[in-house]
Amino acid sequence: MKRSWEGLKLIKRIDGRKFDELRPIEAETGVIPRADGSARFKIGNTEAIAAVYGPRGLYPKFLQSQEGAILRCYYNMMSFSGSGERVRPGPSRRSKEINLITEKALFPVLDLSEFPGSTVEVYIELLQTDAGTRCAGINAAAMALADAGFQMRDIVSAVSIGRIGNQIVADLNNEEEHHEQGSTDIPIAMLPRTGEISLFQMDGFIKQNEIQEVLKTAKKAIIQIAKVQQEALKLRYKK
Amino acid sequence: MKTITVTHVLASLEKDIRFDGRKFDEFRKIEVQYGISKKSAEGSARVKIGDTEVVAGVKMEIGKPFPDNPDEGTIMANVELLPLSSPDFETGPPDIKSIELARAVIDRGIRESKTLDFKKLCIKKGEKVWMIYIDAYSINDAGNLADAMGIAALAALQDAKFPKYDEKSERIVYDEKTKKKLDLSQLPIPVTVIKIKGKYLLDPSLEEEKAKEARLTITTVDNGDIVAFQKGGNGTLTEEDILKMVELSTKKGKEIRKLLKNEK
Amino acid sequence: MGEFKVNDKDIVVPGEVLVTGMDYLPAGGAFRDNDEVVASQVGIVNLSGRLIKVVPLNWRYSPKRGDIVIGKVADISLSNWFVDFGYPNYGAIPLKDGSSDYIPRGADLTQYYSHGDYVVAQITKVSKSKQIDLTMKGPGLRKLSPGRIINVNPAKIPRIIGKQGSMVSMIKQMTDCKVIAGQNGFIWISGFEHNKEKVAVEAVIMVEKKAHIEGLTDQVKAFIEKELGGTKIDKKN
Repeated sequence: MKRSWEGLKLIKRIDGRKFDELRPIEAETGVIPRADGSARFKIGNTEAIAAVYGPRGLYPKFLQSQEGAILRCYYNMMSFSGSGERVRPGPSRRSKEINLITEKALFPVLDLSEFPGSTVEVYIELLQTDAGTRCAGINAAAMALADAGFQMRDIVSAVSIGRIGNQIVADLNNEEEHHEQGSTDIPIAMLPRTGEISLFQMDGFIKQNEIQEVLKTAKKAIIQIAKVQQEALKLRYKK
Repeated sequence: MKTITVTHVLASLEKDIRFDGRKFDEFRKIEVQYGISKKSAEGSARVKIGDTEVVAGVKMEIGKPFPDNPDEGTIMANVELLPLSSPDFETGPPDIKSIELARAVIDRGIRESKTLDFKKLCIKKGEKVWMIYIDAYSINDAGNLADAMGIAALAALQDAKFPKYDEKSERIVYDEKTKKKLDLSQLPIPVTVIKIKGKYLLDPSLEEEKAKEARLTITTVDNGDIVAFQKGGNGTLTEEDILKMVELSTKKGKEIRKLLKNEK
Repeated sequence: MGEFKVNDKDIVVPGEVLVTGMDYLPAGGAFRDNDEVVASQVGIVNLSGRLIKVVPLNWRYSPKRGDIVIGKVADISLSNWFVDFGYPNYGAIPLKDGSSDYIPRGADLTQYYSHGDYVVAQITKVSKSKQIDLTMKGPGLRKLSPGRIINVNPAKIPRIIGKQGSMVSMIKQMTDCKVIAGQNGFIWISGFEHNKEKVAVEAVIMVEKKAHIEGLTDQVKAFIEKELGGTKIDKKN
């Protein structure tokens, strides 16, 4: 089945960016004094803040694990953060899915064996959204966990890779996600040092021979994002 | 059973001293930032009082008016005490504390001050009116979330601009904002006063909140009229307490109002 | 033949490669991954002979036998007090370790410590599943009198205490305050004069914020002197 726009070549991105160019990024840590660790991550107009609390008590008891703390992530969009109508408060099917993939994206780097029977909770709030929200949330959460002093074998960095027409691009914005030429959204999280992938999802389709380019574009973007995250973690202590 | 910190707060107060050296009627540093969520919210603001931080946003929708006010728009305030902001808050729907803040601090002040002309929010009588939503969220709780919430909601309303309404398709075009603002005729400012051992404190810190006997949040408008009272805490207040607290709140309200007027 | 990717005293973050090759041993917030030594926490590099250590700038407190901790009595059973010291599991003080005095069986435990009391205790045992036993028998271990409890980053406690207690002693002496720092990051401060107590709190927080800076002792000393006037004459306050 041929899609009507297959073969259409993307000449230029809507906001003028190069195909592998990310939107401007801002990151900082220690933004919520009462939390054990916290961070803010903004990419283009998408802004996420994350706070980590833990290890702390986990109830009911049957949820506890003697192997280590249980990681739980809670993702939420503030009601005024959506680009159209108000977002109804409360968890949705989408936010519950994002809770799960965020946990899976972060868990592989953490060593929580020192804290059996407890939980580490990560709260992510979106203040403003312009696509790439789950990735922004993961980036903020990873910084917050490092800020809190948890043992991590690497940071976790995430980006949304897209396919517009035939072109693979890095860091889709909202307009591109709804591009008339059709678009595919591939959120990817990686450990920058080793290249291991901890999140890999897709909304749309790609061709078999495009997978490598997707991964290559992702890796390049991840390295850039990881640099920003690392600088933000160090900045607190540089004065 | 008083904890050692509460006992200590009380002992300091007997010597007329606050833990952080502030005067009894002194607020921590207040910072207001407008338009923190420019791309998505119709209006938004961040308010910090010391380390306490709150963000608020305004969204506008169109809907049917209430049957007994067919030519008036509506407003609804919602507050969430996010678990992000304190180890003491849990996930879940708004609890009684959040609801009290939304109704008694934000909603009542706006409604009773008549700062918004609801008739101006009418598009077609009986059928279409603007519905204004204010959502306020705690980001860091270092005490006195009530005043921070009230001020943030107000600042978000100050910041708000109507999105374009396309009459032909009868739909809102959210990414096109007009220059039309909400036109607040008043700035109702809530100021909370707590009472401990006969002394009145403004802008309580976390420890002071735990040590309080009672609190009174008073919302005043530009000319000194009072538009909302909300008492909290397990203790009681005397007549004299109320009069004194109103005086303190009104005076501080004037200062904070100036801040909001200057910032904008 | 390895290659250093960082220098001594650099600030590093999780995932940052410190040195390649097999010549160095990782310590503190660092670990070996094949032929790379990598940081596992945000911290400062400390090179010492063959050891490449990352001194973490923040960590989640993990109880160890011998640690002195400050906590609040959260629960009392027939023969134990349970203390919340900021760790997911409470620490248990068994009857026999409740006091240097003999406590008979069936005694009213609340006579000694009751709900909400803060105590400074020592960890005697940490089981594999992190069940923690505490004792109140030992020098300085006791119920705490009214004062402030502040919560600091547990990684900064060593700096707040200082070499052989030098930093905390200086703060205590200069501000006439009692200060006890628990390894769990809880600190109790109590002073006779409230303005001096406020300065003691600010000095402790200053050490927490600047723990990684050199010459901190002098900076803190200068700060306290400035805040308190520095002279012995002005004792009227």
